[in-house]
Amino acid sequence: MSHIVINTTINGEATEFLADERDSLLEALRERVGLTGAKEGCNNGNCGACAVILDGRLVNSCCVMAAEIEGSQITTVEGLAQRDHLSPLQQTFLEDAALQCGICTPGFLVASHALLAQNPDPTEHEVRFWLAGNLCRCTGYDKIVRAVLHTAEQMRKA
Amino acid sequence: MVATPEKQTPANKQYRVIGTRPLRPDGTDKVTGRAAYGADVKLEGLLYGQVLRSPHAHARIKSINTKKAEALPGVKAVVTAQDFPPPPPGSINLGESTANFQFLKDNLLASTKALYHGHAVAAVAAVDLHTAEDALALIEVQYEPLPHVVDVREAMLDSAPVLHDSLRTQIRAAGIAPRPDRPTNVASHMRLQKGEIEKGFAEADVVIEREFETSMFHQGYIEPHTSTAYWNKDGEVSIWTSSQGPFGVRGQVAALLQLPVSKVHVTPMEIGGGFGGKIPTYLDPITALLSRKSGRPVKVAMTREAVFEGTGPTSATFSRVKIGAKKDGTLTAAQVYLAYGAGAFPGSSVGAGAMCALAPYVIPNTQIDGLDVVVNRPKTEAYRAPGAPAAEFGVEAVMNELAERLDIDPLELRLKNIASEGALNASGQPWGKIGAREVVMAMKEHQHYNSELQGEHVGRGVALGFWFNGGMESASSAKTNDDGTVSLILGSVDIGGSRASLAMQLAETLGVPYEAVKPKVVDTDSVGFTMVTGGSRTTFAGGWVAYELGVQIRGKLVERAARIWEVPVDQVSYGDDGVIRGPKDAEGKERKLAFTEIAGQLARTGGQIAVSASVSKNTQGAAFAGHIVDLKVDTATGKVDVLRYTAVQDVGTAIHPSYVEGQIHGAVAQGIGMALLEEYVYGADGRLQNASFLDYRMPTTLDVPMIETVLVEVPNPGHPYGVRGVGEVPIVPPQGAIQAAVYDAIGVRFQHTPMSPRVILDELLPDGG
Repeated sequence: MSHIVINTTINGEATEFLADERDSLLEALRERVGLTGAKEGCNNGNCGACAVILDGRLVNSCCVMAAEIEGSQITTVEGLAQRDHLSPLQQTFLEDAALQCGICTPGFLVASHALLAQNPDPTEHEVRFWLAGNLCRCTGYDKIVRAVLHTAEQMRKA
Repeated sequence: MVATPEKQTPANKQYRVIGTRPLRPDGTDKVTGRAAYGADVKLEGLLYGQVLRSPHAHARIKSINTKKAEALPGVKAVVTAQDFPPPPPGSINLGESTANFQFLKDNLLASTKALYHGHAVAAVAAVDLHTAEDALALIEVQYEPLPHVVDVREAMLDSAPVLHDSLRTQIRAAGIAPRPDRPTNVASHMRLQKGEIEKGFAEADVVIEREFETSMFHQGYIEPHTSTAYWNKDGEVSIWTSSQGPFGVRGQVAALLQLPVSKVHVTPMEIGGGFGGKIPTYLDPITALLSRKSGRPVKVAMTREAVFEGTGPTSATFSRVKIGAKKDGTLTAAQVYLAYGAGAFPGSSVGAGAMCALAPYVIPNTQIDGLDVVVNRPKTEAYRAPGAPAAEFGVEAVMNELAERLDIDPLELRLKNIASEGALNASGQPWGKIGAREVVMAMKEHQHYNSELQGEHVGRGVALGFWFNGGMESASSAKTNDDGTVSLILGSVDIGGSRASLAMQLAETLGVPYEAVKPKVVDTDSVGFTMVTGGSRTTFAGGWVAYELGVQIRGKLVERAARIWEVPVDQVSYGDDGVIRGPKDAEGKERKLAFTEIAGQLARTGGQIAVSASVSKNTQGAAFAGHIVDLKVDTATGKVDVLRYTAVQDVGTAIHPSYVEGQIHGAVAQGIGMALLEEYVYGADGRLQNASFLDYRMPTTLDVPMIETVLVEVPNPGHPYGVRGVGEVPIVPPQGAIQAAVYDAIGVRFQHTPMSPRVILDELLPDGG
């Protein structure tokens, strides 16, 4: 078993860890770093439950090798909330009942966060198009799409 | 811009808490990534397991050699079917299904035969996942491939390969001819009969008979199955698992490993979806065996491929539906024949399908046959209203065709024959208080149904659906805290908001704010026996328990107040507003104590209050749903776009309306998947060809519109708050409604689902493309 040392910044904190060279970023986050918010639904990029933001870009962490992230900046679902309060998206997902079982929720939150960062006023279709890589089996997407639009509206007003 | 649904209280104003939309207590953990699901379990010394699966659809296992795998550095244990003790006789009731122990064991790890592509044959535990994967490749299994059969109708032929030499057809009703005493794939044949169908069809002016097929569909929960087990040196087994029923897991593990249930401790982790598919166990007995062999805790998480290949999707079905009606639309007779592929072992949901098939209608003469047939596919399991969508799809399709033939509005035809209180269902039992008529009336009056369709190749369809809803056993306990709160201890796993819906019912009973009730889901040692979270039963049966806990606490608080005031108990009463009132005091002032006030005085008046309650309910709050869909068919690509969807449902009482709406939204999306997108595709070699999300093709955000819900509230008189259960019935109507809308759009009545682009294009292009 050969391990490699990875130096990276996760949710704003310099993080050093050992990874197996076969580890995906998802495995490394969950098993080596101890951040289990990113979930494995498919391990092949189909479901988006493991979404993280890597150097400003939304990626499925199951499709990135841990060895590739040396020197990168990573934001996971654990990095969305402030110390003492939820992010606007997290708060609205809760209030608008946009989650049921919750397993896809971290991926939807991270993906929606990335969307609103670049498009603060998306149309319903733009939200649906952006989130088409995230599967949810509980909600039929209705309340998720509404929550993203609702958050965008609130953030524009704020 | 889409408006956020109004957070209003429903028309039903008799409640304080019920009908509001509070935040779920587990919500913050779930939006911050803190909630611990099965795969998030981490224990000191944890090993990681993997399962080897059969590449063949049907094969004799001649030998399994695990020596090389065991010799790989880092590998700590390998198990095969040989490691199981012989299974006990009999079966276990899992709520929405029953598991025969012999079949369950044979499904967990194949012994003499692999019966489907993906059938588990061995498992390993190693120091990390990569080593476990390497070890799988070193296990040598010698197979002798056998002829296979994956199609339900082919499996019934005398010439079909037989899966189980011991299997004979169980005849489950009088009047069915016995079958010869030789091996067969037809595990059982049941029949429901009422009136005389020949006479009924003779009275009809119009008779329509059609055949239908539905594909095998997977529940598609996003979280793969996981299990972590630790077999302690004193012979006690602890399991952390993702299951709809921790007590069912305990029962299955105890029986298969020949342990008393008291030595099996199951902790339910947060669960990432189930829809019926996480009721049976697949991994827990295996992780337990791996732990016993290795002496360390072992975790196994399935791959997505394994979930598709090796868990319990729904049956692929064949049905024949014949319905007769008079010119005025009065139904005179109906005959339904259902053949459900059970997968590799007997036990499909055909019985439930048979009981649901004709339920929305009052028909004097009916006969429903249901056949349970084994095929070389994974053993089917419950999936949201198990058995009902396939059975009712054919019936709804024929009802829509009848309406056209009779030139009657499809909703009028339904109203003319609608099930109502006192009328007899297909089993000959009278209906209780049901809201079927109210649902159809709400559909008729809805703006959607009365709006104009515009554009080319657009169509509209409607369909109804029925599901029983379950009751069964639930238990909980509750205790008061001196800060004026109540802890509510639950045995029901929370899949989508039941902590909230149960806490709301206790809060309502006690007259306290929702926030004063603190629900917690606990392990099998810490609460009374509770059946699965499934069968739309949790808010119903768990709500009953919450109500009974509340009544007990009210009684005890009245006694305490009487003691504090030194007045007779019968002069003290507990108000629905959470205020205890007694007789006026010597100065003529009214004695009263709010719940929060008395909670702080309990320690001085006999201690905190702790109560427990359990229920076992056979009563059902039957649910009816009616859906309206508009869609557009792209005749160049065969793709169907759902333009508008309205789902009407009798929900009894909506405890938390947002969560009721959410249940309906999710079920409709799954139903759209069944109707248009999803299927199990088998090759000529009997292997599953599309075991990934991309190829199985569940609906994405782009495949569904916003889904409008109409909550009709006809309270269930068999529940203190009128709860019926809401989660399952809305998956029933979509296939029928969409089939009708596709016909309306392009004039083709498809008789199978999914109506995928390929299927539609084959029909539209000359010479089948």
